[in-house]
Amino acid sequence: MLARSSLRASRALGATKTSATRTATRNASTQSSSESAGSWKNAALASSSTALAIGSVAWYYYQYGRPMHAMTPAEEGLHATQYPWEHEKFTKTFDHAALRRGFQVYREVCASCHSLSRIPYRSLVGNFMTVDEAKALAEENEYDTEPNDEGEIEKRPGKLSDYIPAPYKNDEAARAANNGALPPDLSLMVKARHGGCNYIFSLLTGYPDEPPAGAVVQSGLNFNPYFPGTGIAMARVLYDGLVEYEDGTPATTSQMAKDVVEFLNWSAEPEMDDRKRMGWKVIAVGSVLFAISVWVKRYKWANIKTRKMLYNNPYAQQNATKHPGSVHRR
Amino acid sequence: MAGVLSGIYSTFVRRNYVFLSTIFVGAFATQIAFNTGANAIWDSINRGRQWKDIKHKYMEAEDDE
Ligand code: HEC
Repeated sequence: MLARSSLRASRALGATKTSATRTATRNASTQSSSESAGSWKNAALASSSTALAIGSVAWYYYQYGRPMHAMTPAEEGLHATQYPWEHEKFTKTFDHAALRRGFQVYREVCASCHSLSRIPYRSLVGNFMTVDEAKALAEENEYDTEPNDEGEIEKRPGKLSDYIPAPYKNDEAARAANNGALPPDLSLMVKARHGGCNYIFSLLTGYPDEPPAGAVVQSGLNFNPYFPGTGIAMARVLYDGLVEYEDGTPATTSQMAKDVVEFLNWSAEPEMDDRKRMGWKVIAVGSVLFAISVWVKRYKWANIKTRKMLYNNPYAQQNATKHPGSVHRR
Repeated sequence: MAGVLSGIYSTFVRRNYVFLSTIFVGAFATQIAFNTGANAIWDSINRGRQWKDIKHKYMEAEDDE
């Protein structure tokens, strides 16, 4: 069998060889006459059409293939530097001492322009303030009461259940006080901007002493390379020593920026600590259950996986029984 | 081994009400043990970062006043 198939293969090889030589000889005889006359024309035609093909592909790519940007790099803003935030690690909670410092920065600096409308005083308790501190803080502000018997709305001191008050009555008042620019609410700011913590930190610390040569800064705006468009209505607000931390941490610009950014991350994701801890528990329990389910599957399938299939050819058996001597006879 | 197994069987499994209570009590015990252990690991990874680690500073300060 093997000998026969190899014989066939070599015969096929021989056939192709003979046909190849035959065509070669035929071509040689037909081409020889016109070869010298048409050669430079052929070459010119071939190279010009190749050049045309390459050129049109290049032109097409230049026209339509390049990445498109609706905005110039200045309009996009500088990409924020990646910082190794400790609280962004999968196994780390917020540093609650930093949250306390950051809240102090928010209260003493940012709160005069930015609201923090999603944070009630009660959520400060047990995160970075004691009950008494938070109560005292709430009582510093006045809130409207429910209408009394005469339908008058009076003022009462704040309670733990009240939300941190906004600096302006409404957006129009905020715009009017800030040159027409609205200081956005900071509660969810970390989630609301690309780059999150990195962006806000870069923004707060990224004001150069003066704008670079050639940069156009509209009046009323400040140059900040990280802000899309580079002209931001918020001036630099953090300067070394602006606040005095009660725990003695030196209040440098970057320290304050880091603390307030971590605080804003907390205000955007107050559930983060619990979420991470819960996530690890789910992974732990889930992997045990997964291991058990793998074991159960193998246990249930053990019989099926280890059985052997035997095929007894009934025809051969029949013959073997009918003519016991037949195999030996041949 | 067989003695231990049949011992377990006759104590916990043979009477249904005992079997059921074993499962319920066991589930609660396992959950409490798991949570306590997991939280202990978590708190040791995050030592000094959480409010419960730093609140004594501010609680004591109030007592002084
Ligand atoms: C003097 C008022 C003022 C203070 C104080 C202030 N901001 Fe602003 N902030 C603004 C205004 C106005 C804008 C809107 C800027 C714009 O749209 O051009 C703004 C915008 C922002 C933005 C949004 C930028 C963006 O990408 O849209 C962030 C984040 C921000 N401020 C954070 C802070 C933080 C944190 C503090 C405290 C350290 C602070 N601001 C203090 C006025 C202020």
